[in-house]
Formats: sequence, structure tokens, C-alpha cells
Amino acid sequence: MAKGRVSIVVERCKACGFCVEFCPTKVLALSSAFNSKGYHPPHVVAPDKCSGCDLCGMYCPDFAIYGHKNQEPKPEGKAPEAKNNEG
Amino acid sequence: MKADPRGVLTGTHFLDGDHACCEGALAAGARFAAGYPITPSTEVVERFAQRVPTVGGCFIQMEDELAASITLQGAVWGGAKAFTVTSGPGFSLMMEHIGYAAMTETPCVFVDVQRGGPSTGLPTLPAQADMMQARWGSHGDYEIIALCPNSPQECFDLTIKAFNLAEEFRVPVMFMMDEVVGHMTEKVVIPPADQIEVVPRKHTHKSVEDYLPYATNGDMVPEMVHAGEGYKFHVTGLTHDERGYPNMTPQVQQKLVTRLQNKIRSATDRIAMFEEDSTADADVIVVSYGITSRVAQRAIDMARDRGLKVGKLRLITAWPFPENKIRELANHTKAFVVPELNLGQMVREVERAAGGKAKTILVPHAGGSVHHPEEILAAIQEAVR
Amino acid sequence: MSTLIHPSAINPVEPFLRSDRMPHIWCPGCGIGTTVNCFAQALIESKIDTKNLALVSGIGCTGRVAGYVKLDSFHTTHGRAIPFATGLKLANPNLSVVVYSGDGDLSAIGGNHLIHAARRNIDLKVICVNNLIYAMTGGQTAPTTPGHATTSTSPYGTFEPAFNLPHLVEAAGAVYVARWTTFHVRQLARSISEAFQKKGFSFIEVISPCPTLYQRRNKLGDGLDTMKYYKEKSKTKHGAPTSELGLTMTGEIIVGKFVDRDRPDYGTLLRTQMHESLGDKYVDYDEEQGYACGDGGCAEDSCH
Repeated sequence: MAKGRVSIVVERCKACGFCVEFCPTKVLALSSAFNSKGYHPPHVVAPDKCSGCDLCGMYCPDFAIYGHKNQEPKPEGKAPEAKNNEG
Repeated sequence: MKADPRGVLTGTHFLDGDHACCEGALAAGARFAAGYPITPSTEVVERFAQRVPTVGGCFIQMEDELAASITLQGAVWGGAKAFTVTSGPGFSLMMEHIGYAAMTETPCVFVDVQRGGPSTGLPTLPAQADMMQARWGSHGDYEIIALCPNSPQECFDLTIKAFNLAEEFRVPVMFMMDEVVGHMTEKVVIPPADQIEVVPRKHTHKSVEDYLPYATNGDMVPEMVHAGEGYKFHVTGLTHDERGYPNMTPQVQQKLVTRLQNKIRSATDRIAMFEEDSTADADVIVVSYGITSRVAQRAIDMARDRGLKVGKLRLITAWPFPENKIRELANHTKAFVVPELNLGQMVREVERAAGGKAKTILVPHAGGSVHHPEEILAAIQEAVR
Repeated sequence: MSTLIHPSAINPVEPFLRSDRMPHIWCPGCGIGTTVNCFAQALIESKIDTKNLALVSGIGCTGRVAGYVKLDSFHTTHGRAIPFATGLKLANPNLSVVVYSGDGDLSAIGGNHLIHAARRNIDLKVICVNNLIYAMTGGQTAPTTPGHATTSTSPYGTFEPAFNLPHLVEAAGAVYVARWTTFHVRQLARSISEAFQKKGFSFIEVISPCPTLYQRRNKLGDGLDTMKYYKEKSKTKHGAPTSELGLTMTGEIIVGKFVDRDRPDYGTLLRTQMHESLGDKYVDYDEEQGYACGDGGCAEDSCH
């Protein structure tokens, strides 16, 4: 069971490749699909490996991808749980 | 609304124009100035630096005029009324930011105590040769308001007016003093605060969700907010739409820039102030402003003593130029005599508005001193021949 | 009322973006967007009240950040973000003011303002995205362009010595100086957070790719190649002497936090001096509103 999952905003992607390269567990690869601008957005190839660390989201210059942990959102007022166990 | 008494130095004073201008700014509610030393304007901010910490405000001397002219705008967007002060060379440096103020509709006042130019020119001597620059100095199509005081008392009164116009129209206002008016010392009466009308910032009443920074509803002047109120708005010098977002298309350009222009032009008759005397049946009308108007008054008196029918039009507002007034007067007068401390600037506006219906005679002066009344008298006499 | 952000199934950066303006204009592989993610992360972790946060930028690719973030943001003139930010901060000292601009904007045309603000120790957080070029205008030489690079205004190769920005701002008086690259996302976010805790002039340089111009003209690959170069050739040396932080086209990039010192900021110096000289005659700014909305500043019935 994956600890996290990734969401991809396909239309924003410019296929720079950062997320694919820097995902610590190699969850992503550039797909052969096109978005309307002609770029190949990434897709998830190893979903079970996703930890939800959001490094992909941190790297993405186009705000086109983000990862999050599979857990309930914390109630109002509490600090967000630290996701920086990488980098 | 009435002026804040903390900034009003009520009483009868003996002040020079520079000092009176500073008091006018304080009375108008200015609580921030950014400046850079330049003769003959420096005294304005020197006094402000001394006065404002006990009134409740801030002065900073910046590293150059480029900084001063934008620092004051940061302060405006932080919520304060703000101004700067300079002379020719500094005025030239400030031009980009005057354009930024016009484009972003930042209400503020730029004081130019004019001196001989071009370039370093005559730092301690008068001229009125920045008048066209005040109107056209920055790039692009935009409008400003420019006022010309001719006494220390007017340096006080009209500075308040300058701030009020800036807030009413969300426009940078040029306060065109000259070295003589700035350095002449005369009686200045400062009334009690409750006799001074001050125009507050046109702040929106709209909620965060409904507010659009550059939307207007008929009067062409958008409502303003400042940083720190939760509106999360954007201001840019790029051509922008009602959301304040860059929107660089010819359609948005057309809409924005014509509004910036019409905002002022359509209110010309309301904004333009002048002093008019005996123009109804005048054969010659002397059109002047600033210190030259005081010399011109002497010439007019001398001409009237000689039996000539001479009218007077003193421009208090130089921009927007009161074309309708000139057009009207041109219908029944023979000539306009225009003395100015330059080689021909406002005279061009007079000539343009006169439309050939009356002669326009310039009495130039390259600057460095003021006209002799006899020079202006000679031009009046020549005009009626 | 503050606007704390909580983790949920949305991109953590999204609440800070003007989503109605996406997609942005930055090129594929440009690092500016990456720095914005780090900035957003820093805001979340520092629990910054975004109501009292203002962002000021200049002109250039990085200058466009102001238009994309959902904050009180000001896109000013070329080189003059810092003096504008100074005015904003002085008129309303309660604001946290960030200057977000590029290397050309801040160190060429803006150079004078950069050193004076550092000298004065104005409480500003300056994020300088350094892509070693003037990108927006088509790839001209910047004061930071390393030697022998090809640019549109140095078609035969640059030969001017380049600025070492951390060294410059340290000498001018900055109290916090750090450099990262767009590869160092966690560290950059942390540095920005630290700058928010710091009172005084903080300067964070972020080396970033400009794949369309700098990298392409110099045959250095694309954005991803550049990120790999950053990963491979960066060396973290906290506290390294800033004089040793010069950059070359393909050489080592020293990153880290180099300066973290305490000097009273401009506001503190101002108030101290005024209180000393004027005693209780000194009228300080209003705690709530700065110098806004005094009795002479705006109508009471339109005050919020």
C-alpha cells in the first residue's frame, strides 16, 4: 500500500523532466501522451513506491504536479506534519 | 474632511516658499517624504525631517532621485500620503517614476523648485523651464496636474490643493515652484486645522471578494486599498486590466490609456485654477504664472497707468492647460502677451488654444533672474499697436 | 486574521498562486517556478500571516513572480524594487516585505539601491534568482555572467569579471546571506524561513537555469542538464568566506549559509535615535496601521 500519491495537472506541464529525475523512488516517467501544448506530461509508473514526499511538487517549475501523503488532513490550528525527510 | 491638527502649524509666520511648502504638505496629511538634496529645493525636506518626527511620520534621504521617486510610492501603497522634492536635474531622473505613478494611479506630489538649466545650469537661480517637462517628461500617453504658486502663502495653500487633487484623481501632481518663490520670505498665515479641507484617500468599501483594483464606476477614478489589509491585490506598470493583472493587448491598452487621459482632461474646467482680472474688454491679456506673474502685475499696472486696456490671466494650474479659457478670451482680445522664465514653453499652449484668433507674443528670459517690468511693458505696448 | 494553510489534497503552493493566471510565461526548465515552490513552503513552515506580507519585484523574468503570487504584490520599475519596498516598510512597519527579483535587476540597474539597503540594514527579505543573464530581453550580458560565455551583447564571449553577489551584499552590510541552486529545494525553503525570522537585510541568491538563453547559447544543455550539473558540482560550505564564492560556467558552485549576524535594523536605529534626541516628543507610528489612516490620512468613515 503506497504511503502517498501524486496528482498531475496535465495542462500546466512543460515536460522539463525535473519530477521524473528527482523523484527519490522513481515513481514517474514522461508519458507518450500529449497535452494541448504538445508536451509529454509525466505519468505514474510505480505507484506503490510513492511516499508522498512532494519533492516532485517542490521541483516542478510549472506547479503541475504534487505529492501528498495518504492520511487525513490535520485539524485546524495544528502545524503541518513535516514532509521534508529528503534533500 | 478637516486637516489633522497635529500637522497644522496654525499662526502667522514669516517663511520662505520652501518652508511654507513643507508646512502645506504636513497640513495636507503628508506623513512620508523621500528626498535627495538638490538646490534650491532641499530646505523643503530639511524642514520635513525636522518636523515630521514630532508630528508622526517618517523622512528618509535616499541615495538618489531614482530611489526617492519610487520610495515615496511604496509609502503611498503602505497607506501614507507622500511626496518628494527636487529641481531640474533630479526632476529628469524622476521621470520614469512619474510615469509609473501615472500608470498605477498612485496619488502623490512631486515638488520641482525650478532653476536654470539645461543640465547643471544655474543651481541657485530661477527659471521656469521645466514646464513642458512636467507635462511630457515621461514616456507614453498620460496626464498629470501641475500647479504654480507665486508666493510663500501660495506655497502653503496650493501644496494642500496639490495633495487633494492627487487623492481625488489618483494622479501624480507636479508642484512647479521656482527658485525665487522658494527662497523669498513673506508672511504666511496658517489657519486652524478645522478650516483646512483635506481630501482623504479614495478607499474602497468593497469586500475582498468583490474588489477590483482598477475597476471604475463612471467617474474614471478607481478605488484604492493599501498593503496589509488582506486584499491581496496586484499593481504593475505593465498595461493592465481591471484586475490589475498584466494584459498586454491593444484593446486593453486603448481602454486603460484613454481612461488615464480622460480622467484628467474631462475635468479640466474643474481642475484648472487661474486668476483673472479685467479681461472682458482687454485689448491685450498678459498670461503668466509663478514669480513672473508678480513682475507681470507691475507691468500691467504701468500699462494701465498709460491708459492701455490690459487684462491679466494668471495660471495657477498650468496642467491641464485651461484651453477653454484662452479660446474664449481669444475671441475678443487682440493679443496675449506671455512672459515666462524660459525661451517659450507655456506660450505654445496659449498659441495653440488661441487658434489664430489673437496674436501670441512671448517675452522670453533664459533664466537666472526675473524679467524687468519694462520688458513686459514694451511687449504690451507693441501688442496694442 | 491570519491565513494558515493546512495539508489536504491540494498542491501546497496553490493557495499562494493566482491560479486564474496559470499557466505562467516561464520557459520549460526555467527554475523560477521552482523557487516559488520553496517560497510557498517557507511561508507555510514559518506560519507567516500573509495578510501582512507584501512582495515587490522589478523587471525581468523573475520580476514576473509578483504577478503570479496571491499576495499584496507590486511589479515596479527596473532596478527599483528595493527602494519601493523600503517605502512600503517604512510607511507600515508591520508588513513583512519580500523583494523577489533577478540578478540583472538587482545588481546592475538596481545595484546602488542594493548596497544602500544592505548598508542601512532595511528589514527586507531579498530573493535574488540568478540565472546569470538578462533573460526577458533575450539573453544579454549581466554583471553576473561568468567569463567566456556567449550572450547576445557579447557575441564573441564575455570578458568582464562578474559580481560575486554574496560577497557584495556582505560587504555592504547584509545580516543574512545564503546561496542555493534550484536543485536545493529543501535548503532554499529553509533559508527563506530563516530570513523571515531575521530582522534586517537578508539576501538569498538562487542559481537557476535559463535554458532558452544562457544554457542554449553556451551549449550547456537544457534545464534538466543544468539541474544535474547543480547536483553534481555544488558543494555545501556553510560559513565559507564570501570572497571565495565566485562562479564559472561549468565549475564548482559553493552553496550554503554564509552570513548570519545581528545588527540593529533600520527601523530600530531610527526609533532609538529619535527617542534619544526627542524623548517623549517623538511620535512613533501607529501599531495597527503604520502611517496609514491617521486623522489626516483618510476619512474615518471609510476606515476598516
